Order: sequence, then structure tokens, then C-alpha cells
Amino acid sequence: MAAVSGLVRRPLREVSGLLKRRFHWTAPAALQVTVRDAINQGMDEELERDEKVFLLGEEVAQYDGAYKVSRGLWKKYGDKRIIDTPISEAGLRPICEFMTFNFSMQAIDQVINSAAKTYYMSGGLQPVPIVFRGPNGASAGVAAQHSQCFAAWYGHCPGLKVVSPWNSEDAKGLIKSAIRDNNPVVVLENELMYGVPFEFPPEAQSKDFLIPIGKAKIERQGTHITVVSHSRPVGHCLEAAAVLSKEGVECEVINMRTIRPMDMETIEASVMKTNHLVTVEGGWPQFGVGAEICARIMEGPAFNFLDAPAVRVTGADVPMPYAKILEDNSIPQVKDIIFAIKKTLNI
Amino acid sequence: MRKMLAAVSRVLSGASQKPASRVLVASRNFANDATFEIKKCDLHRLEEGPPVTTVLTREDGLKYYRMMQTVRRMELKADQLYKQKIIRGFCHLCDGQEACCVGLEAGINPTDHLITAYRAHGFTFTRGLSVREILAELTGRKGGCAKGKGGSMHMYAKNFYGGNGIVGAQVVPLGAGIALACKYNGKDEVCLTLYGDGAANQGQIFEAYNMAALWKLPCIFICENNRYGMGTSVERAAASTDYYKRGDFIPGLRVDGMDILCVREATRFAAAYCRSGKGPILMELQTYRYHGHSMSDPGVSYRTREEIQEVRSKSDPIMLLKDRMVNSNLASVEELKEIDVEVRKEIEDAAQFATADPEPPLEELGYHIYSSDPPFEVRGANQWIKFKSVS
Repeated sequence: MAAVSGLVRRPLREVSGLLKRRFHWTAPAALQVTVRDAINQGMDEELERDEKVFLLGEEVAQYDGAYKVSRGLWKKYGDKRIIDTPISEAGLRPICEFMTFNFSMQAIDQVINSAAKTYYMSGGLQPVPIVFRGPNGASAGVAAQHSQCFAAWYGHCPGLKVVSPWNSEDAKGLIKSAIRDNNPVVVLENELMYGVPFEFPPEAQSKDFLIPIGKAKIERQGTHITVVSHSRPVGHCLEAAAVLSKEGVECEVINMRTIRPMDMETIEASVMKTNHLVTVEGGWPQFGVGAEICARIMEGPAFNFLDAPAVRVTGADVPMPYAKILEDNSIPQVKDIIFAIKKTLNI
Repeated sequence: MRKMLAAVSRVLSGASQKPASRVLVASRNFANDATFEIKKCDLHRLEEGPPVTTVLTREDGLKYYRMMQTVRRMELKADQLYKQKIIRGFCHLCDGQEACCVGLEAGINPTDHLITAYRAHGFTFTRGLSVREILAELTGRKGGCAKGKGGSMHMYAKNFYGGNGIVGAQVVPLGAGIALACKYNGKDEVCLTLYGDGAANQGQIFEAYNMAALWKLPCIFICENNRYGMGTSVERAAASTDYYKRGDFIPGLRVDGMDILCVREATRFAAAYCRSGKGPILMELQTYRYHGHSMSDPGVSYRTREEIQEVRSKSDPIMLLKDRMVNSNLASVEELKEIDVEVRKEIEDAAQFATADPEPPLEELGYHIYSSDPPFEVRGANQWIKFKSVS
């Protein structure tokens, strides 16, 4: 029900013409689904499939979810399966929603010490099939305490799996895989992406549509440079690629989809083809996702194929400011990505 | 009387008389059960409490005695092994508190659930693991219950969720979560969620109280009050030391944690309360630990030796049970001594195993990162060192 209602009537403002061009071959009545509705659909299907799955979080039930991601689920599944928790920024297969991942810092001890480490500490006796999901990273005007990206923090920990969907297909396929996974999975969504509609291919409409955790996707093929990103910045990378294509530079854009375990194979194969690498992320530069990718490139076969040092594009190394001009310049913009690509290619 | 003496002397002389005939002789001269008075519990928001008398059968009495003695000897052996540096790292012993773990277990079913913090060896045993597996885990060998991966604070068994390192904040919310699962699954199971007097001041415990009461979760919150949070006495740590009242809107009872029968009755009462769907309940067990906080704490800088000695001589839980059983003719001194001998042997054998068993193989360093996943590679100290990870 929620998916159908997600059919979008307004134009694809936030998604570039590039996507329109890519999908021009589809039937006129192609299904458009927003990221929010894709997550909702994924959870709905998994709640129906397995009665041990349930959702808890602040305002997920009667409020329909602070960002309306869980809309309709409480009406369908009731109090037992969809639980409103009082504010506490902590067998069964719970989906635990954090209103934002900034609040997960209140519960981070549980995520790391009780969830991530337990299977190992128990010598394989006690698995923890739990999903932690919610919006991560910068939003719009919510300032420093509500804008941090936790990809590097959670990606640091063995025992956790960390995924970061970009579009609707990612959102649905990854949340379903996360729910079915017998390990603790952190799903880093993005608030600004919730309302963005994307083409929903036929296979994504199936109740068994899963995207494997640990596998990246090449969103755009290219020959001159590899651009690796995750979450909302993937869209910016595609925009940058469209601009550069007009100048004869073809970028290969990789959507990581999973932060941990990272798909280095796909990245390495691409770099060995293009000989150049730029990483793009919303989080802070120090000890970040891009830093990890660069370190690993040096350790593997792709290093010898680099014609220039790998370059990182990241959020600015500051707590997120409030004023719009400052906020806009604290996250990677398309122009910053283009600049980095050109620098790397020495053009 | 003559027959009994003859039987006893046969036993003591180590003759290979079949135990059956001795038992036959013995049971003829012992009572089957006895009724005991137990201390009345202080109550909070409860009209009635647990009964003030209880019946102890000979069989149960012998079982509890053996279990408490096993925990006692196991902990003392761990002390010894630690001083020999065969056990490393953290080692928090519970000798003195045996009536708590054995009494709690006596009041619940194996299908109920239990979670506690780091003073967990006693509970690991009462929840069903062998002394061998426990000691071998303490010595970090592959025969340990967590294959040497967990150590003292991370032992798990069926319906026993450890063994956790972060007091209060970790255990109590997890326990409420397990109680949520109990309610969700609808099988009338309860969850015993333990924390100490030190942890009782942690904020997350109060969050757990709130949710448990709000959703009427079958959770028995249990404060094991041994008077000291590490080196801080309860008077120096808590604005209110009436731990059984700290649940505010949650009813509570204060229990003599040195009397195993008192603990048992209180647990039965609390479990029945939860199972009836009334919601959570809180138990404070007043107990005492002979050792310091951990093996690195001699335990005498913040309390006197006289105090420790006084508890030992007046309130030792094993002594209390033994006196009751002997005085009511439920067992003989010799019989109990024999159990002591058997327990000592069991502990010795377990310690032998724990000392001789090899450490886990290095190849398994990367095992058990993820559950149900195909094998993958785990990085070691540098990029050339790789470990295989198997679920």
C-alpha cells in the first residue's frame, strides 16, 4: 500500500537528467518509489515473512515514525510488533530505529559491546540478529549535534556489518538483507534522501528482492577515473560525471552500498582499469571511509596501476555549522568533486 | 545406632562397599524433610511477601549443599590458579555469595533466563556448565566454554546471557530486553536481571525500570548487595541504600542473601508474581563477598578483617545450611564431609584439565566474527598476516 502511494507525481528535481537518460528505454508507466517508501516496503515484507521480526524506536508506531519511514506499519501489525519506546536515546529479530544516528551514541555501548562482540566472545554460541537503522550524516539546518556521519565509527568495529543505501533499490534490498542477516547490521540511511523518488526496476518489486551485503555496485561505467562513494554523495558523483562527460572525461562511479565488509575487489578492479581514484564521502576526513580505501589500495594489486595519488573528498573538518552558506560548504558539493577529479587527472 | 556407626566406619575406612547399601542404611535413619523458619522479607508496595517457613527435602538439601560447596571450591581454586598466574586478567570471585546463585536457580526453571555482570562464575555453574568448562575458560584454553575467546567475564550457556563487563548500563537494559522477548513469545518464562549495589546507581537501570513497568515485562530485577561497589561502601555511594525500594513504582523485597532457603522462597514468590502478568518486581539480596572486588584487590583497605571474619563465622551460607541439615537429621556430618571430598576431587580434576588443555589454535583467532556467514579473511597485525574467519 505504502509503495503504491509512493508513486510520484512531481518532477525528479533532485535527480539529474542523467538518470532520465539512463532509463529512457523503460515503459512510460515505470514505477517510481521514494527511498522512504522503499524502506517501508522492505520492513513490511520482512515483518510479514517472519513473526520474530519486530520494530522498536521513538515514535515509530502511533506517530508513524518521525520521518514517516514506518508509516502504516503499526496499523497493520499492532502493538506487539511495532513498539513505541520512551526517550532513551537500547530468539527475536528486532529492528531498532534511532531517530538519528546521533542519538545512537547514547546506546553505542550496546551496539558495540553487546551486539558486535557477543558472537566472538561467546566462542560462537550467541548470535545477535539485530538491525540498527535510522538517518545518518548531514541533513539541512539541524546543526552540529544532529549532523554527524557515523560510517567510520561503526565501520571500525569487527562483528558489525554496516550498510549505506543511496537510492530506493538500495534501501529496500539492503534493509531486507539486514533483517535476514543473523548478525548485527547498522543501516545508515539519509534523511535528505527519504523523499527522493527513483526508478524501481521489476526485480526490486519482488518480496524476495535482496541486495547482498558486502557487494558494491558500479552505477556508471567509465574509463578515465574511478570515483567511489556511499549514500547521498553517490548522486553528486553522478552529477559530476555528467558534467565531465561533456568535456570528454568518463568517470566510473561506484556505489559502495556496504561500508563493512568493504568490497575492495570491485574498487581495485576499477582502479586497475582507470588508473585514477577519488573517494567521496559526507563524513569527516580524519580516519574516515576514504582514508581506509586509500590505505587498502596501497596494500593491494591496484597500487601499481595508479598514475596519480588517490584523492579524498570529504565533509569539512568542522562540527556542522548552522548558517546555510557555511553548511553548504561543509559537505562535498558537485564542484568540489569535479575539482578533485580534474586535479587527479591533471587537467 | 550400632548399624549406623558400622556403616559410617566402613565408609571412612574407604572400603569398597557399594554406596547403595550405605544409602539404604543412611536413609532409614534420616528424615525425609524438615520445616524451617526463614527471615521475613522487608516489603515495598507489596501486601504480602514470601512465606516465613519452608520445607526442605533431604534430596534438595544435599543438592544445594553440593552445589554451594562446588561453587565455593571452584572459586578458591580460581584464586589459587590466579596467584600461580595460570589465570590472567580479570577474575571476580563470589565466595560468600553462594546462597544467591544456588538459591535463585532453585526458585526458577531451567527454561527461565538469567543475565548478570562480571561476578558470574557461580551463575555459570548453576545455569548448567561444568566446572571443567568454566576453569578452562578462565585459563584461556580451547576446552573452555567460550573456546578461550571470552575469559572470566564472558561465559554463556543456554538461557544464560553472561557474564558482561559493563555494569548496570549493559546488563539491566539487556535483561529487560530478554523479558520483552519472554512476553513476546508467550511461554510464561521470566528473566532474572542482576546487578550489584555499585551498579544500582547507574542511569540506564532506571530507564529499564521505566520500560519494564510500562510494558509489564516479566523481569525480576535483582540487586546483589554485597555492601561494597569495588572499594566504596554502600553508605558512600548511594543516597538511598534501600535498594529494594529504588524501583519506585516497581514492588520490591529485601531478602537475606546468606540463607539459601530465604533466597529460594523469595525467588519463587517473585517468579510467580511475574508469571501472573503483573509486571516486573525487584529483589535485593543482602549478601557478602569474602574476596576483594577482584583478584587485584586484597579487600582489606576499605573494610576490616574483623568484619570479614564475623560474617564467615556467623553467616556463612554453606555453614548455615549444614547446621540446619545436621540438626534436623536431614544428613550426617560424615555424609556432608564425603560430599566435600567428592567436590574437592571434581575441582582438582577440572583444574588439572584447565591447566593441561592447550590454548586455542592460532588459526582460530579470526573465527566467530559473524554468524551463519561463509568463511572470509580477517586482517592480522600487518597486511600480510591473514586469518580465516569461520562462523
